[in-house]
Amino acid sequence: METEILARIQFAFTVAFHYIYPPLSIGIGLIMVIMEGLYLKTGNKHYEVLTRFWLKIFAITFGIGVATGIIMEFEFGTNWAVYSRYVGDIFGSALAAEGLFAFGLESAFLGVLIFGWNRVSPKVHFISAIGVFLGSMFSAVWIIVANSWQQTPAGYHIVGEGFNARAEVTDFWAMVFNPSSVDRIIHVWQGAFLAGAFLVLSVHAYYLLKGRYIEISKKAFKIALGVATVISLTQLVSGHSSADGVAENQPAKLAAMEGHYEPSAPADLYLFGWVDNQTQEVTGIKVPGGLSFLVHQDFEEPVTGLNAFPEEDRPSQVNAVFQFYHIMISIGMFLIGLTLYASYLWWKGTLFDKKWLLRIFAFSVLLPQIANQVGWFAAEMGRQPWIVYGHLRTNEGFSQEVSSNQILFSLILFLVVYTLLFLLFMYSLNKKIKQGPYDEAKNALEII
Amino acid sequence: METFLGIDYPTLWYLVVGLLFSGYAILEGFDYGAGAWHLFFKKDLSRRIAINAIGPLWDANQVWLIIGGGALFAGFPVMYATMLSAMYIPFMLFLMLLVLRSAAIKFRSAEEMKWWRKTWDVIYFISNILIAFLLGVVLGNILQGFEIGENFSYQGGIFFSFLNPYAIMVGLTTLSIFMTQGAIFLLLKTEGRLHARLTFLLKKGMIFFILSFAFTSFYTLIYLPGVTDNFKANPVFFILPILAFLAVANVPRLVSKKKYAPALVFSSLTMAFLLMLVAFQLYPVLLPSTIDPVHSVTIYNAASSQKSLGIMLTIVLIGAPLLAGYFLFLYKTFHGKVKLDDTSY
Repeated sequence: METEILARIQFAFTVAFHYIYPPLSIGIGLIMVIMEGLYLKTGNKHYEVLTRFWLKIFAITFGIGVATGIIMEFEFGTNWAVYSRYVGDIFGSALAAEGLFAFGLESAFLGVLIFGWNRVSPKVHFISAIGVFLGSMFSAVWIIVANSWQQTPAGYHIVGEGFNARAEVTDFWAMVFNPSSVDRIIHVWQGAFLAGAFLVLSVHAYYLLKGRYIEISKKAFKIALGVATVISLTQLVSGHSSADGVAENQPAKLAAMEGHYEPSAPADLYLFGWVDNQTQEVTGIKVPGGLSFLVHQDFEEPVTGLNAFPEEDRPSQVNAVFQFYHIMISIGMFLIGLTLYASYLWWKGTLFDKKWLLRIFAFSVLLPQIANQVGWFAAEMGRQPWIVYGHLRTNEGFSQEVSSNQILFSLILFLVVYTLLFLLFMYSLNKKIKQGPYDEAKNALEII
Repeated sequence: METFLGIDYPTLWYLVVGLLFSGYAILEGFDYGAGAWHLFFKKDLSRRIAINAIGPLWDANQVWLIIGGGALFAGFPVMYATMLSAMYIPFMLFLMLLVLRSAAIKFRSAEEMKWWRKTWDVIYFISNILIAFLLGVVLGNILQGFEIGENFSYQGGIFFSFLNPYAIMVGLTTLSIFMTQGAIFLLLKTEGRLHARLTFLLKKGMIFFILSFAFTSFYTLIYLPGVTDNFKANPVFFILPILAFLAVANVPRLVSKKKYAPALVFSSLTMAFLLMLVAFQLYPVLLPSTIDPVHSVTIYNAASSQKSLGIMLTIVLIGAPLLAGYFLFLYKTFHGKVKLDDTSY
């Protein structure tokens, strides 16, 4: 038991830490490609300055993403040996494809992107930027496919029994396009775009508030606002589609997300609330029958509740899943409101007049990050007690031969090293922002 | 069992994994090797040049580890799971050092302060040495075999048993060959006094390599039973040790003629031949069991299904030319001596 808990804590910690960075680099990557594209198209030096500036931040983010990602790749084997043997046949092809198609693409072009300004033509540099950006998007694809397969297995059969049981691929495309893959890939991509766009919004809002780099900051702000507005809205669509999939394929998870216990009854939709797993009651503000409406377009239609499942087959941390899910939704709604309002002001031509709005944007960078994190916590905790939904339990998946002392040792190492890494990241991010896109004193005339 | 060109799928995948790890050893060999010399360079500028010699390349080179690890997980999940969980401590140390090394490369030159750069220099130096050493240690343990019982359960010691004499010897040999590789690579990338210093260091590196290599080879032949069985059964493969020996011998000759690019090729070939030697000696076993050979992990009992291997081989056939193309483009772009500019580390 202790080993299992420690292995879970370590995995949660390392993967949550990892997940700060790749979404950020996918999102910054998109904005950067737009900036460099605009530079090539218009020849406007402002866009070149912006591209170079965001590339520096991209490089740091990307680097930490890779470093912490390698750890994830091997942590399946070190801490989840039973699970690795069980899913190897399924994950295998996805991982092989990820490595060859995605990582190869992004890291080879990354060198040219970062160090190649003086060695290749602007066009080749732009192609490298696109290569890195596409590579980072692809690498999200394969890992989400693998995780989605754990949520909604498809295209496989189980071979062997007991310890030697394992899943084998019977239909590759059915495995890749398992029922939740597409929804979740889109949801993750868009979450990543938002993370990047809001970092750009935040930094340039800060410059505008300080009265620095005004011309280029307005340009960057508009690019990022355009992305953020569109994606906030489409994220709502993808979230809804994703939830429909959960309702169909993982009813216990959906029930936990809304704290719905009755085995078969109309289900409510909470704006916020608190779940008591003992009394099976939820206190909060709700839309009666709201969940039924979202799932079946009918307020009266019953929705499967947690009690329809034996206690050992459903998530035990119902309140946690509920809270994480609702935090994600609330942030999503807030971002829609914020970006729509800002876009309205943009259209009216008064976008940069309201200081308080810029101040909100300066702090808003944290919101998509939090939403990305809690969204994953809801998805993964809602899948419990299964590591592979319906087939393999989390408490059967960990490495039996690894002792709790070993994990404690590595967990402490991770805590130390990752704290250091996080401090370094924040320090250098802060320094790059403070330094700004160019030296104002020297280059002011040349640039503006 | 399905075959392609008369070779069964698990064997083909064994070749793929072997190729990927050879690529990793050759490419990251010069990265880690260059780093293992770091504190031998005294001036700050020399250290910066040494880091920027691998600057645009190391992230891409590291992809070979990622793909190799993925290929192992994909094709031989049992091997991946058993080896990583049994070698928990060395792998965790290895991973943590990789993170520290990446941080050192990225952050070292970000500040001017002396203490800052010195601290990162030490972290960088030590992590490169230990990474190379630990890779060899794991290889040494694999060659000796693990205490594997029924159902691939590891029954050996858990904290320090990986540090046995033989593993340490293989670890030192790995470090020495990486250092040789790294010094040759840096010779290609540097000029002036740093270049002169490296010619001197490379000689020491080669002596270190030849001594540890000879020592480890004799130890293997004398104390590791059965290592020559596969060779006795297929004497034609005795060509591998001969080729390895010729490649080793060619390195100092080329270096003395200042032909560094061919020297790098031959030291890379040395690694490739040595890894082939190991691969052939083990085949078809991946991880020998010291408890009972029936419990050994082999390419057949560790492999994914035929269908999965077939899909993955297709992916490799499509992906390998792409990967080769990316790398050609990258190495062509950064051909030549290091020139520091405002984008350098």
